[in-house]
Amino acid sequence: MEPTFYIAGGVAIVSTIVMLTRLNLVHALLHLIVSLLAVAVDFFVLGAPFAAALEAIVYAGAIMVLFLFVVMMLNIGRHAAEMERQWLTPGIWTGPVILASTLIVEVVYLARVASADLGTGATGPKEVGIALFGPYIIGVELASMLLLAGLVGAYHLGFRKTEKPEIQHDTGTHEGRADTGGDLVFAGTDQSARAT
Amino acid sequence: MFSLGLTSLLVRRNLIFVLMSLEVMLNAAGLAFVVGGSRWHQADGQVMFVFILAMAAAEVAVGLALVLQIYHRFRSLDVDALSEMRG
Repeated sequence: MEPTFYIAGGVAIVSTIVMLTRLNLVHALLHLIVSLLAVAVDFFVLGAPFAAALEAIVYAGAIMVLFLFVVMMLNIGRHAAEMERQWLTPGIWTGPVILASTLIVEVVYLARVASADLGTGATGPKEVGIALFGPYIIGVELASMLLLAGLVGAYHLGFRKTEKPEIQHDTGTHEGRADTGGDLVFAGTDQSARAT
Repeated sequence: MFSLGLTSLLVRRNLIFVLMSLEVMLNAAGLAFVVGGSRWHQADGQVMFVFILAMAAAEVAVGLALVLQIYHRFRSLDVDALSEMRG
């Protein structure tokens, strides 16, 4: 149990250092995903499987996909072709692949060998839920309000961002402007689908 | 890990890297909470980790929307380019 924790922590620190020294954004994101997964394995070793699942799903799933979307949206116009050609060379993937395969070996080892060892000091999702909705209920309400504020703020900022290309498209062609003149509601729904 | 994120926050001048180092710092704080919670066999550490997770999600959503708008307005992700912003 001890060496697995330190191995996963070492993987997390190494991938974070590599992430900070990359110049390419996508490579840095790849290393950051590996780092988050290593922290998730650390949580699992520590006896917090609920936190490990949340880390893998929310951080490495949702937040990193958000980052990837933004990076892809920013990279569109500049030099997408030669960057694509660079991404296809296999030498770039070796670092994250080595780190991630270390994590995979560790998870397999944990699932096979040390799963009985983990059951002793584990804090399951049941205790977390009881503590969350017992003495921490005001924190849950505050977190929900924060998430709502974040949703509204991100929607507002993204909405004003997508206004500009719409206007350019309208002034570009006369018929398009005549068509979308009364169609503001429809344009708003289209942008909301893009913003979320 | 927290110091790594802080160092990167100070060193890098790209807005997306600033956001990513913020992620690393929040992650390190959550890791510390979970380690403490598992040390004393309490569920409070994981509760705090859930709160940190929710806060990080909201912060990243707003931050990335801001980054998109800044990029569309300034055509750059340089933090120093934004310091000339007046009115």
